[in-house]
Amino acid sequence: MQDTMKRFFDGDVWWSFKRNPLVIVAAITALLWLFGSAFAPWLSPHNPFDLKTINLLDAFTPPSWIANGKPQFLFGTDDQGRDVLSTIMHGSRITLLVSICAVMLSMIVGISLGLVSGYVGGKLDAFIMRVADIQLSFPAILIALLIDGVARVVVGKEYHDQIAVYVLIFAIAASGWVQYARTVRGSTLVERNKEYVQAARVIGRSKLAIMFSHVLPNVTGPVLVLATLHVGTAILTEATLSFLGVGVPPTQPSLGTLIRIGNDFLFSGEWWITVFPGIALVVLVLSINLLGDWLRDALNPKLR
Amino acid sequence: MTTPLLQVKNLRIEFPTRRGTLTAVDDISFDIAPGEVLGVVGESGAGKSLTGAAVIGLLEPPGRIAGGEILLNGRRIDNLPFEEMRKVRGREIGAIFQDPLTSLNPLYTVGRQITETIETHLNVSKAEARERAVKLLMEVGIPAAEKRIVHYPHQFSGGMRQRVVISLALAAQPKLIIADEPTTALDVSIQAQIITLLKKLCREHGTSIMLVTHDMGVIAETADRVAVMYAGRIAEIGPVSEVIHHPQHPYTIGLMGAIPNVGDEVERLTQIDGAMPRLTAIPPGCAFNPRCTRVNDVPDGRCRRERPGLLPAGKTDAACWLHARPINTATSSQGEGRGGVASFENTKVPA
Amino acid sequence: MLAFFIQRLLQAVVVMIAVGFIAFSLFNFVGDPVSLMLPPEATSADRDEVRKSLGLDQPFYLQFVKFVGNALQGNFGISLRLGRPVSQLLIERLPATLELSLIAASLALLVGIPMGVYTALKRDSWISKFILTISLVGVSLPSFLIGIFLILIFAVWLGWLPSFGRGDTVRLGVWTTGFLTFSGLKALILPSITLGLFQMTLILRLVRSEMLEVLRTDYIKFARARGLTNNAVHFGHALKNTLVPVLTIAGLQLGGIIAFAIITETVFQWPGMGLLFIQAVQFADIPVMAAYLCLIGFIFVSINFVVDMLYYVVDPRLRAERSGGGH
Repeated sequence: MQDTMKRFFDGDVWWSFKRNPLVIVAAITALLWLFGSAFAPWLSPHNPFDLKTINLLDAFTPPSWIANGKPQFLFGTDDQGRDVLSTIMHGSRITLLVSICAVMLSMIVGISLGLVSGYVGGKLDAFIMRVADIQLSFPAILIALLIDGVARVVVGKEYHDQIAVYVLIFAIAASGWVQYARTVRGSTLVERNKEYVQAARVIGRSKLAIMFSHVLPNVTGPVLVLATLHVGTAILTEATLSFLGVGVPPTQPSLGTLIRIGNDFLFSGEWWITVFPGIALVVLVLSINLLGDWLRDALNPKLR
Repeated sequence: MTTPLLQVKNLRIEFPTRRGTLTAVDDISFDIAPGEVLGVVGESGAGKSLTGAAVIGLLEPPGRIAGGEILLNGRRIDNLPFEEMRKVRGREIGAIFQDPLTSLNPLYTVGRQITETIETHLNVSKAEARERAVKLLMEVGIPAAEKRIVHYPHQFSGGMRQRVVISLALAAQPKLIIADEPTTALDVSIQAQIITLLKKLCREHGTSIMLVTHDMGVIAETADRVAVMYAGRIAEIGPVSEVIHHPQHPYTIGLMGAIPNVGDEVERLTQIDGAMPRLTAIPPGCAFNPRCTRVNDVPDGRCRRERPGLLPAGKTDAACWLHARPINTATSSQGEGRGGVASFENTKVPA
Repeated sequence: MLAFFIQRLLQAVVVMIAVGFIAFSLFNFVGDPVSLMLPPEATSADRDEVRKSLGLDQPFYLQFVKFVGNALQGNFGISLRLGRPVSQLLIERLPATLELSLIAASLALLVGIPMGVYTALKRDSWISKFILTISLVGVSLPSFLIGIFLILIFAVWLGWLPSFGRGDTVRLGVWTTGFLTFSGLKALILPSITLGLFQMTLILRLVRSEMLEVLRTDYIKFARARGLTNNAVHFGHALKNTLVPVLTIAGLQLGGIIAFAIITETVFQWPGMGLLFIQAVQFADIPVMAAYLCLIGFIFVSINFVVDMLYYVVDPRLRAERSGGGH
């Protein structure tokens, strides 16, 4: 373990990290965000879901540095008197939860299908890749919308709110597995024909064990890059779906829901209700994308 | 002696990296006379391809020429502005690269790629350029050139494609061609054809060749002189038959011993122990000293301390302290059959 | 050529059948068409009657054939929410979406490709670094947020441009266009920027990375060694080879624009198909969803088909597969 750590800090990735101030800022931002939203219930100045602490008289308070702003509401309050900063923190929590779960689900499905496809080959491989091709030609958002629409019909509108988060995770995951599958499949095809895999088969190790122990280490890099960038896309998809009103219900607002709510007050001058969650979303996604972009370049020496 | 066409003087090529600057080519000098074929051999990483790239001004960043000069017909070309150097490329120095499959743009016909080269460098009309292109293709032995000129690269076989590449290198009648492993990617059966063709064309046009390869066989067939490179330095340079039959540098001797010779009744080939040092770890003194079997024949451990320059040895020049005059006499007094250079031949084939 | 054409056409048909099947499943299994058509108090005899009249008692494959037949004639049933034929609704909304997408796509291509080429050729200039950083912001900005910010600045604060709708439109037969009136053109500005910006940054980054890839190839090195001018190397050789793969992905991106129009249309209350679709999803209006899916699928497949054909024209290697060249 110590050895691994030493190699990491000695290696090219860490070196390129150290000399890239923008990436350091992005990493710190992303970590702070993760921390802030994970512990939002304890860290946020107010509890936006506790009706007792919300006062409707506080509604539409502007940010604290503007006339009529109140110091306890840094970014102002929304239409129900909820502190915008606190809703952002709680909203990020749901957004991140949904996105990270969706990415993990995508990864598991994508990697498994990629392994199977590459290793078994033949008709199964052709079928999986054909499905992947077709799916890839449709935008993620459209697939997610369709899944959500179907779920609404199947479970009925009244139950939909209860399972909305799961539907959302599934919908985002369903549109993201293709890239993992392709990457892993490509790598599997290369590894399959190498001698050590043949050798491992000769000494009687099962196919699956071989695949897991030999192919996975080789795809760690590319999959990590994909996953990082995918978290960024997943957050965007989640926010977009919630903004369109088919994501998480307003009772548990995510960042997208908050922007949607605020959008109604854009014309009456209460811009902060939508602008701050919007900026929060952009900063979060931007820092994740910066990390993913840098990781891709750092792991790909060809580009240096 | 005629004035050399190409003079490379004390050339140094460096790669700045985060762990310090690597010297990939370290202080090498050589000349190429008009019409002469100079072979440059060495293991991969010895710096031979980089030298070729430096001559034609296409070192890829971050690699850079850190010292020395390159002169073509007495004119310095290593520090020319981009546009001036561009006019030299193709027009005065042509190039042939290793892989004919990837050297041609797949989206353009071979005709278009030849005519565009001609039109770039020579003041000719479109029709003339086309006519020349057909003639060039015929010259390099492409059958039905008139018809093939509208074909795309993928419609040619590997050997045919390399012929097209040669015709492209010759398109603007350069005086020097840098051929970097021109046959390595080809079938063995085609290699000889391509080499023969290249040599024939250059003789007809009076073009000089700098032939970069790791294949001594190709050098033996083609080159007039040969430079043996090791770890970014020239170990030995001289007429090709001398270097092959009477090598003077322990590295060259080892190299020749490692080449199988059809018809020789040799039971086993010799090999040089160890590997060429990495650029990050070139030993002080002679770069070959850790692998050299004769390092102890030079007094005072000079090989480990001081880098040898090219010294006259036999009919070649070798960068080896064994050939330093005062020491040479000292070593030869040590015993019969050890100090004498010619007697190396005996050590070539240990029983 | 013909073989290639037919092969791709068959592929397109297969994909369309798959899409049609999904739409059919939506229609028949997800939304129970019988209860969709009857008032809740209908008796089971009524239900059987309707079932029969809809042909739902027939075998599954016959139903599918019938669905395809209807779809080909543009008959997707009646919208549950609006009570009007779906095809009629879509035709009304189609021009708005297509005009918006056209402008957005032009913006994305005409700005994205040159900027991608520039940033690849001048890798180390500060302008390139600036463009790249901005483009990263671009891909991190969801398009609905771009729309909201644009509305806030140009409609709410400055009051220069309208924030919703198409403005005045002119009727040309079945087509309504916003291109011919001043207010129609003004109304197009913000939505088309919103829709085009994201695709533009994607195309920019794609062109850049493809071009960098091409610039590393041997034939570019060889072209330089032949002494070709920088312009000839960059624009004669590198650009053409870059655009071949870019063509495919750009084609998909353009298809994506029509789908992403859903978001832009929602933000700007643009009366296009996307807005119709999103309302259908919210109201579980199955016939509209199914029809939209088929239409979008058709547009995607058509774009893919055209791109494949273009590919064939541009890349001689594909043509060679048939002509059996070489020796």
